[in-house]
Amino acid sequence: MSNRRLPPLVELTLARILEFVREPEAVFWVFVFPVLMAVALGIAFRSQTGALTSVALLDSGPPAARAELEKKLRTSPRLQLRVMNEADAAVALRKTRVEVIVGLDPSAPPAPAAGSAPPALVYGFDPARAEGRAARLVVDDVVQRAWGRTDAVAARDGPPPTRGSRYIDFLIPGLIGMNLMGSGLWGIGFSVVSARVNKLLKRLAATPMRRGDYLASIALSRLLFLGLEVAAIAGAGRLLFGVRIQGSLAAVMLVSLLGALSFGGIGLLVAARPRTIEAVSGWMNLVQLPMWLLSGTFFSYERFPAFALPFIRILPLTALNDALRGIINDGSSLAMVWSPVLVLVVWGLVGFVVAVRIFRWQ
Amino acid sequence: MTNVMSAHATAPAVSCRGLVKRYPDVLAVDGLDLDVHPGECFGLLGPNGAGKTTTVEMLEGLTTPDAGDITLLGERWGQGHDRRLRQQLGVQLQETKLSEKLTVRETVRLFRSFFDEGREVEAVMDLAGLQEKAGARVGKLSGGQKQRLALACALVGAPKVLFLDEPSTGLDPQARLRVWEIVEQFKQLGGTVILTTHYMEEAARLCDRVAIIDHGKVIAQDAPAALVDSLGARQVITFTADGDIDQAELAALPGVRSVIRQSESWVLNVEQAGPVLPSVINALAARGLQMERLSTHQATLEDVFVHLTGRGLRDE
Repeated sequence: MSNRRLPPLVELTLARILEFVREPEAVFWVFVFPVLMAVALGIAFRSQTGALTSVALLDSGPPAARAELEKKLRTSPRLQLRVMNEADAAVALRKTRVEVIVGLDPSAPPAPAAGSAPPALVYGFDPARAEGRAARLVVDDVVQRAWGRTDAVAARDGPPPTRGSRYIDFLIPGLIGMNLMGSGLWGIGFSVVSARVNKLLKRLAATPMRRGDYLASIALSRLLFLGLEVAAIAGAGRLLFGVRIQGSLAAVMLVSLLGALSFGGIGLLVAARPRTIEAVSGWMNLVQLPMWLLSGTFFSYERFPAFALPFIRILPLTALNDALRGIINDGSSLAMVWSPVLVLVVWGLVGFVVAVRIFRWQ
Repeated sequence: MTNVMSAHATAPAVSCRGLVKRYPDVLAVDGLDLDVHPGECFGLLGPNGAGKTTTVEMLEGLTTPDAGDITLLGERWGQGHDRRLRQQLGVQLQETKLSEKLTVRETVRLFRSFFDEGREVEAVMDLAGLQEKAGARVGKLSGGQKQRLALACALVGAPKVLFLDEPSTGLDPQARLRVWEIVEQFKQLGGTVILTTHYMEEAARLCDRVAIIDHGKVIAQDAPAALVDSLGARQVITFTADGDIDQAELAALPGVRSVIRQSESWVLNVEQAGPVLPSVINALAARGLQMERLSTHQATLEDVFVHLTGRGLRDE
């Protein structure tokens, strides 16, 4: 233990870091939880390239015609075929174990002769699901070709896109953004308000400590964990799913730093007045809720109606996610993501300045 | 060691005039004047809710008074010298919970860093008897150890004036004794102490002068012994009776200086309990009453408070 005296800002920052690392639960939620989430989501939504389309074939109708249809469907390597009765098929479709049901059309006139005559078919699928619509086209294509349809236009598939096109590629930057928001807000909110509840803020205010040092130490201690947080998620993405950072690592770290500072300022603002942990938890949730829903962490916010998009884009988490995706997925440079970065900086500055003005020390 | 006589000739270390603090539901401090001299240990003695904490927090510059004037070490709060002033003050607040995750040494180091001048961290932990707990987490300390840590944090800036708000409340007698020893060491080095307490033993042992506070006002102020002497009585008889007796009748008994009805009990301030007791028993017997729950003790500051207010220091 050294006797060298360090400036108060350094001592305050060190104290906050020690408090954090000595709280095993906090370490879990900040570092382990997002990695587990990335793994779980990455597996659940793993890339479906080359995956089979699951089809339920109804066991009703004339046996000979049904057997012929089954034989034709089985020739295609693109289908995973299961034969079941109508009730089971309906359940399987509802639970998305199959994407489409195919059966002989009972209302069509019976085929004149068994064997190779083409049957009339009925498809059952959920037209609201893209997978359902695609599965219907795939099955129909197999059937039509089997009974002799030929393509009028020659077509072949180009090479698949390589850069950041899978769901996990989309997800990892979003998880980094969401984690920076969560740890910024909760980490600051809880510790500041519990220091207020415990009258520690009042005790500090009774010393010659510069009040700005205290507030700055909160922001600074966040920065030291930031690298680890980003590395944990990005590292898990790289190792487990091969998610690559297309842009520069330095740009990722700089944007993450601005994001952490921005949410630090917002966290400080939320924690500036509340006198109880319950109150600050409520405010934290209120602040984060719109961003959880709208900021496009798990799916693209472009799906929201056009009139909502300008509002969504100025949310700090949207800005952070956009900037991170730009760099990580699209290989953009910092200059190319200047507008979300500006949004982040403005949020952080406004939060910090207002927080300092209205901060309650006791 | 400061000479108390000459200290009185110099300007007070802390003084306030006409201090008022009003909260929405209560007038916490109601026109309070104090003068605390350099090198003096000054006690604010009073029951819970008397306004002691509000008073010291105004003196410490943590609470802004609604009216009145405060001077500390020749300066006033809010005139651009607050940090310089705080460099010279040591503060222990009631019920501060220091961070439980930090060790004793880390906590003292942190507080040391706020002061330009001050003591060595190790020396302050020695003074507070925390050397063997230096590496322990604050959350693992006993109540007495936490209180000594609070004192260490207050002393680490080598303050000229030390404010202690209920320094030994909730501690067992042994832990209280250790806290008192630390305060006494600070006094011996010439420091000025302002402490609040509702323990008369604490006030009697540590304080050179005591102000008795009730309902936000000073109702008596003097050296502890002088306050006790002002009762004009050296001993106190307390009893209950199984029926009513006239207060004037008790007061007229020879040797009785004053009589106070304190809820169920009669409190008689007397010169000597021995000669008075038989005449009290006789007076009760003449009315067919019996004495119950009798006790006698040497007069203390508590009796001064009871005499002045008709209530005990720890009554709710």
